[in-house]
Amino acid sequence: MAEVTLVEAVNLALVRAMEDDPDVVVLGEDVGINGGVFRATVGLQARFGPERVLDTPLAELLISGLCVGMAAQGLKPVGEIQFMGFLYPCIDQLVNHASRIRNRTQGRLTCPMVLRTPHGAGIRAPEHHSESTEAMLAHIPGLRVVIPSSPERAYGLLLAAIRDPDPVVFLEPTRIYRAAKGEVEDNGEALPLDVAFILREGRDITLISWGAMLKETMAAAEALAAEGIAAEVIDLATLKPYDEVTVLGSIAKTGRCVIVHEATRTGGFGAEIAALIAERGLTSLLAPVARVTGYDTVIPMARLEQKFMPSVGRIVAAARKACQFN
Amino acid sequence: MADGGLPVIARFEVRHRNYLAPDGSINRPLPAFASDASLLASLYRAMVLLRNFDRKAVALQRTGRLGTYAVSLGQEAVSVGIASAMREEDVLLPSYRDNGALIWRGVKLEEILLFWGGDERGNHFSGPVQDFPFCVPVGSQAPHAAGVAYAFKLRKQPRVAVCMFGDGATSKGDVYEAMNFAGVHKLPVVFVATNNQWAISVPLRLQTASETLAQKAIAAGFIGEQVDGSDVVAVRAAAEDAIAAARDGQGPRFIEALTYRLGDHTTSDDASRYRPEEEVQARWKEEPIARLRAFLARQKIWSKADEEQLAAECHERVEAAVERYLAAGPREAETMFDHLYADLPEVYVAQRRQLAGEGDG
Repeated sequence: MAEVTLVEAVNLALVRAMEDDPDVVVLGEDVGINGGVFRATVGLQARFGPERVLDTPLAELLISGLCVGMAAQGLKPVGEIQFMGFLYPCIDQLVNHASRIRNRTQGRLTCPMVLRTPHGAGIRAPEHHSESTEAMLAHIPGLRVVIPSSPERAYGLLLAAIRDPDPVVFLEPTRIYRAAKGEVEDNGEALPLDVAFILREGRDITLISWGAMLKETMAAAEALAAEGIAAEVIDLATLKPYDEVTVLGSIAKTGRCVIVHEATRTGGFGAEIAALIAERGLTSLLAPVARVTGYDTVIPMARLEQKFMPSVGRIVAAARKACQFN
Repeated sequence: MADGGLPVIARFEVRHRNYLAPDGSINRPLPAFASDASLLASLYRAMVLLRNFDRKAVALQRTGRLGTYAVSLGQEAVSVGIASAMREEDVLLPSYRDNGALIWRGVKLEEILLFWGGDERGNHFSGPVQDFPFCVPVGSQAPHAAGVAYAFKLRKQPRVAVCMFGDGATSKGDVYEAMNFAGVHKLPVVFVATNNQWAISVPLRLQTASETLAQKAIAAGFIGEQVDGSDVVAVRAAAEDAIAAARDGQGPRFIEALTYRLGDHTTSDDASRYRPEEEVQARWKEEPIARLRAFLARQKIWSKADEEQLAAECHERVEAAVERYLAAGPREAETMFDHLYADLPEVYVAQRRQLAGEGDG
């Protein structure tokens, strides 16, 4: 098995999906000869031709809208938006069309599309390149929102997303595109969607996160272990629909929970999980559910972005406080 | 203008097509299909049926049996003319005022009533199964049309996507983005702007400073043509040419159908608040149904008896559809979860049960 980076795993999954299924089409800005600004689509156009790997005009709404039309004809388009900050012109298409065309036509037309975009801060990118507004997407009925946190899950979940008969927004954690390395067997096997992954088992506290923040969350679990606190770490992976069973099962075991996301706090997806636990896990709770999140600010540019993002220290402190609560 | 002697590097033209004058006389030699009297009669029948259907739909809305409804009054020639030039295997991407096109394509009247009656079952066309349902957000179906046409091209299918929208939609980036892409890839798609002069209360002069909407195609690299949208012969002829060219691999076309919305925007609108009555009355003199009827009468292929028989047929067909619509019965609440996803994720099963009254959710 080869060790690959997360972005290379994305590329492997795209190649595999295109090999397996002639209906898979990759489209976006610079995805062709340039192989994508992060090189996720490198080599695809040479291999599959410019009709299946097409460079679109610079128009994000168009990319998402084309995907809807192609998907309604039974193609499996995989659109790329270069950065999440440029995804917003696609929201109209996602909310009003992609996510509901199956429902509004009572299954007559469907939308098996994937829209991929880098997610999150931490690469010293210019303004509008560091967004993590996954909660906005997770609010949309009929959509799937998936965020891998390792090369293995990037490969398996992207294959699942492409094969899924419904629209999926696939958010790729920019910060660990190359920093995360792992062995990926290119065997064409998908990982399940709608399922959370327990990355580390523990009895004392549950740490829930997704995407790049799992790096700090896992480091925090290590630090807590050194203090004698056994943290269970959950990679939520699919945010819409999300795996309530795994979350509640873990809370029933540990009684304490810290949710970690780099997106801003108010209305963030952590609030949804906290509400779930309050509604259906309250009797298990031994301490208030805590959130460690980005601040309710505009994501600052490079000089301050590290201050914005949750640190290992903030996660450890929140977990320690939860464990000391009685 | 060649300022300082600079050379002109490009010139463009926009053509306007019209055959029938408002009094039913002929302006120029008719296209070949116009020699087929039965086809002309079927176009006429479709327009009259649409007007009858509209009248009934408004009556249903006024009596609380239908939701908000958008009538086609005055622009029947556009949707009928366009749809009549399509083949069954082509795909229509309509806006919410294109009932005439849907009906021509085979969507049942009761399905259209179900849609406007607030029931998703209305979008489950019993045919044609690949056509899109009405697009309610203005113009956002244009990128879909480009995507559909791209699929046709990729699969080398001789099919054409036909995308209909109003004049207001041409102000949106969606429409330009789709046209631009369609031009780049020479896609088999025909864009049709029904220019009925009013986007709810906003007149065309506040919508655009363009002399025509047809010229918007020029920026996207293909032909834009203006037609008299109250002349169904002109609309159909333009659509035939554009669809044939698209099917032949010549790329997209744009048709601006110049017409007039004689009615309100929808049953929730009162156009008298923003639109002078004299303007509307003047436009009644140009409306498409009387125009074609006058032409058919001149040609001696339509009689008073034909008219009476058609009126009876339309009445019968519309009333029967209304009966079926009203008999469709309510839907169970939990069906709102049907077709949300291909398979309902386990996590939403409890919500569905709650709606069904089977759990405490």
